[in-house]
Amino acid sequence: MRSDALLAQVFMRSLYPLLLLASLWILLRGHNAPGGGFIAGLLAVAASAAYALVFDVASSRRRLPLAPVSLAASGVLLALLSGLPALLGGLPFLTHLWGTLTFGPVELPVSTGMLFDLGVYLCVWGVFGGYCLALLRSIEEIP
Amino acid sequence: MIWAIALALGIVIAAGTYLALSRDLLRCLIGLVLLGNGINLLLFTSGRLSSSLPPVIGADEMVLGVAANPLPQALVLTAIVISFALLCFSLVLALRIIQLAGSDDLTRLRAAEPTSQDAVKPALEEES
Amino acid sequence: MILTLLPLLVPLATALLCALARSMPRLQRGISAGGALVLLLCALALLHQVLTHGTMTLIAGNWPLPFGIVFAADLFGAALVLLAALMLCVALLWQASDADAAPASPGLYPLMHGLVAGSAAAFLTADLFNLYIWFEVTLICALGLLVQGGALRQLDAALKYFVLNLFGTLLLLAAVALLHGATGQLNFTALGEAAARLDPAVRLLLFGLLLLALLIKSAAFPLFAWLPASYHTLPAPVLALFSALLTKIGICVLLRSFTGLFAPTPVLLLTLLGWIALFSMLTGVLGAAYHWDLRRILAFHTISQIGYILLAIALASPAGNAAAIFFALHHSVVKAGLFLVAGLICRQAGHYDLRRIGGLYAARPGLAVLFLLLALALVGIPPFTGFWGKYLIVRESFVQGEYLWGATALTVGFLTLYSMAKIWLQAFWKPHPDKNWQPSVVPRTTPAYVGLGLLVLVTLWAGLLPERLLLFVTSAAAALPGGGP
Repeated sequence: MRSDALLAQVFMRSLYPLLLLASLWILLRGHNAPGGGFIAGLLAVAASAAYALVFDVASSRRRLPLAPVSLAASGVLLALLSGLPALLGGLPFLTHLWGTLTFGPVELPVSTGMLFDLGVYLCVWGVFGGYCLALLRSIEEIP
Repeated sequence: MIWAIALALGIVIAAGTYLALSRDLLRCLIGLVLLGNGINLLLFTSGRLSSSLPPVIGADEMVLGVAANPLPQALVLTAIVISFALLCFSLVLALRIIQLAGSDDLTRLRAAEPTSQDAVKPALEEES
Repeated sequence: MILTLLPLLVPLATALLCALARSMPRLQRGISAGGALVLLLCALALLHQVLTHGTMTLIAGNWPLPFGIVFAADLFGAALVLLAALMLCVALLWQASDADAAPASPGLYPLMHGLVAGSAAAFLTADLFNLYIWFEVTLICALGLLVQGGALRQLDAALKYFVLNLFGTLLLLAAVALLHGATGQLNFTALGEAAARLDPAVRLLLFGLLLLALLIKSAAFPLFAWLPASYHTLPAPVLALFSALLTKIGICVLLRSFTGLFAPTPVLLLTLLGWIALFSMLTGVLGAAYHWDLRRILAFHTISQIGYILLAIALASPAGNAAAIFFALHHSVVKAGLFLVAGLICRQAGHYDLRRIGGLYAARPGLAVLFLLLALALVGIPPFTGFWGKYLIVRESFVQGEYLWGATALTVGFLTLYSMAKIWLQAFWKPHPDKNWQPSVVPRTTPAYVGLGLLVLVTLWAGLLPERLLLFVTSAAAALPGGGP
């Protein structure tokens, strides 16, 4: 189903990284402002699906960081791991901890909650991205 | 406001039930999705419709003022995600069944329960 | 204590690692076996802790109570978790043999561990909405397992399972929403206390809705259609896991609701549950009598056995609750064992349908003995576990003056004997319909027999020396909310 729309392809090449950057921005601004892992993940899925529509499914799949199922599984695993640091402090599982990393003049707020959100992001991207690509491929196979 | 929501709930759930009882596979699934959305709306309303302000404590405040009840929002978000995932699964399942069976008529879909020719004994299935 | 959560975290992590290792079958099998063993150890440790220190609770995320999700491991929950771990080990042992004819697909192990994680979490959670989440997790994993083969009959079964079970979870969600709207609580204990102050008519409606959802989940009359529509398309080890876990989630929550959440329970609900139990017992056993496919016979028997457990719950006394716990544990082990025997029969004789097989007593006497032990345990012949379970239930119903319910339980026992005798005569005793038939030689069956033998040993131990288990279920019933003085 490779489309020959040159304009769309050129446009898509630059739009794809922009969409992913936007999804990361939405991921990081979550918790204190509207956003978070789920919405950011859906935006990343939209990027993958759009790429597959303009080019083809195989090249969109190559642009994912991992195979869809692995992406989803590692996301959930990351979310599980984010609950473990609390155990070191004797707190119940999934108690989130906040802190600040200082690099000279730059102060970077970090938290285990952010890791959890990153896990959600990867999981949503993996599950629904893989789902969209699988559906699109079944359309591609129709002659 | 609550009466409008109650009326909407009633209509959505009635429509969902009606469609879910259909013998057309896709209509049946759409009915289930409508039913799920109706019940999500019910879950959302269970926290009362008090305010539409987001339950976010401002940077220079210490307590939450008048705001929407955040708990049902968290619950309904979870329920929406789950029903979304199940919808995705069911659509692929339906697609595959229609491809394999060549029909979307649920009354004719008897692959797992073949009709018996014998009056008193169940059908003999070839595959085990 | 993290130990309360480990029975959920370990299989979840194992499932995820298995999903990551899906292109490396050997590594995946190793991870899966290791995860199952760790889970078994965790379940044993949890049971030991609960036995010595009483019910253990944990609030995930350290949130204050109306928002935090509470996990509570009482004796019943810990016992069910141990049972789930044992079943997973047996199913994986089976999978390690060549007893299953179908090739193992890469999705099998992650989904099996996911199913165990979901059901273990449902046994342990003390939060109504969280329970809904775990119902959905088990539903998704069960659906994944149902469609593994990809044949039309499996997809058909999966569709029926999906639609009917989704209806159940939606009803559960509606009940959760309405209960939350009426009381503002989700935690079982707080919800029960708040609901006790509601108007009696509102309480009856809300609890009735919740009861309906849970009855769908535990496959009770007349809401059991999903169970016989889907079970007979599954491979034996997955089927054993399904029959040991899925209906038990509904039963476990029903028991907890009737002792805690609903208390003081409206009498109407108890009477209703008693009659539902009666018809479940009867319809299940009559459906089984009609069928000739081994898996269908056993699937219908599950409904009738669920009827026994519901009857014990409907008696609503400490002795009745203890009988329900005993019967739930007994049924999980024995029925899973019978499904595994059915899998071995099919592998050796070539078919699940009793009209196409026979002569197995002469060809495989060991298998015949294993079947006989499990079948007698299911029927309830002394000294096997089924006898003690039915004795407790029938005695309690006679003590309470419910002679009709008790008499039905006894009659259904005889009808169970009919089905088991049918399997015995057709599969083992009668000569094979094909004169030239030779039992198929399966290269590696030892692990399958070891797993099956484990289940038979558990049944024999509990049947011959029932004192320990009877004491255990009595204290487990007393540890239920509102269970005893």
